[in-house]
Amino acid sequence: MTANDPTVEFLLRLGDNCLILGHRLSEWVGHAPVLEEDLGLANVSLDLLGQAQNWLGLAGDIQGGDRDADWFAYRRDAGEFRNALLVEQPNGDFARTMVRQLYFDLWHVMLLEGLEQAPDERIAGIAAKAYKEARYHLERSRDWVIRLGDGTEESHRRTQEAVDELWIFTGELFESDEIEAALADQGVIVGSGRIAAVWKERLAGILAEATLTFPQENWMRRGGRRGIHSEHLGYLLAEMQFLQRAYPDARW
Amino acid sequence: MMALSAGSASVPALDRVWSWLDGVPDPEIPVISVVELGIVRDLEWLTGSEDGEPVLRVAITPTYSGCPATDVIAGDIEQALRSRGIRNLRLENRLTPPWTTDWITASGRHKLREYGIAPPAERADASARLAGIKAAPPVVACPRCGSTSTSKVSEFGSTPCKAQYRCRECLEPFDYFKCL
Repeated sequence: MTANDPTVEFLLRLGDNCLILGHRLSEWVGHAPVLEEDLGLANVSLDLLGQAQNWLGLAGDIQGGDRDADWFAYRRDAGEFRNALLVEQPNGDFARTMVRQLYFDLWHVMLLEGLEQAPDERIAGIAAKAYKEARYHLERSRDWVIRLGDGTEESHRRTQEAVDELWIFTGELFESDEIEAALADQGVIVGSGRIAAVWKERLAGILAEATLTFPQENWMRRGGRRGIHSEHLGYLLAEMQFLQRAYPDARW
Repeated sequence: MMALSAGSASVPALDRVWSWLDGVPDPEIPVISVVELGIVRDLEWLTGSEDGEPVLRVAITPTYSGCPATDVIAGDIEQALRSRGIRNLRLENRLTPPWTTDWITASGRHKLREYGIAPPAERADASARLAGIKAAPPVVACPRCGSTSTSKVSEFGSTPCKAQYRCRECLEPFDYFKCL
């Protein structure tokens, strides 16, 4: 894929985050610890897939030609995906899935809150809808992290491990680059500003309530937005894209 | 295209079209219609289609971004209108303003409760934005016995729009239609 229009590139980031995390969560279906959580994970997954369809669909409308949400989802290889590394990380145990979700939801809600103010009304419209859904996601992932952290010795240990090990993927979420700067200049979006500090402050409050220790500052892994992914994304795509790769244009 | 003034041509009045659509059930919760749920946002007769006949524009909005019923609803609406003889139809998916449970009508709320689903407990715009602070949980009344001594089992139920609750009085589990 050649250099995209900055708006398309930005929409791919938004859409790919939702698509890949939505797919990851769908892997839990039929495997969750209890039925209620199976339904909960499936519903969050569904919301995210719907949001992905909206973002990628808009990217397709802007890019034109044969580009639509399905094209972006099924016809690109790992190097062309623009999602953050955090969302492609494997589910691990339930604690790890919930910590990954909390890191994401806390950021996602703030991001969408900003995008609701975007001068481009198509972007603002999708964001306003997604924001309402993301609030419920956050309520759930926060409740779970608190319950698991402040739970048994084992749930506490596993949750703390997840908090520490996923930490290096969080720095990337708050990177601003020339693409976002260009869009802010063009008035397409409002600059995301300094949401990292607020995110950390809110996270610290949740982790404290969960009796978990805030992770130590560390080197942060980056690259998702430039298409430099961890090895996990390729395996995820192999499964997600199998049908379209084996039977191009298959429909039912 | 231009909007037709009411009753200017031999097309069904919009009031009638609304009443037809009020007969189209929501596929997930069939006791309530797509109109009562607030999914049908706008109806308008437009002039100037290719064959010169007026076109009925139906604006619908999804409840949730990923609600799988959205396509089914669009199909059901189309089928209902075609069966009433409307040939020229344009369905528009409208995201803005985003759907809210505030649009569920009074009759819709009543039917939900009768069906065993607790309707949204408060206005969506009244539930203050979280801003990282835990909002006070809504007071949800049991649709069976009316008791407000209920507890949340899970944030999500059989569909994204519902949460699972349990009544501490009559001990029955029930679905709660979340404020959105």
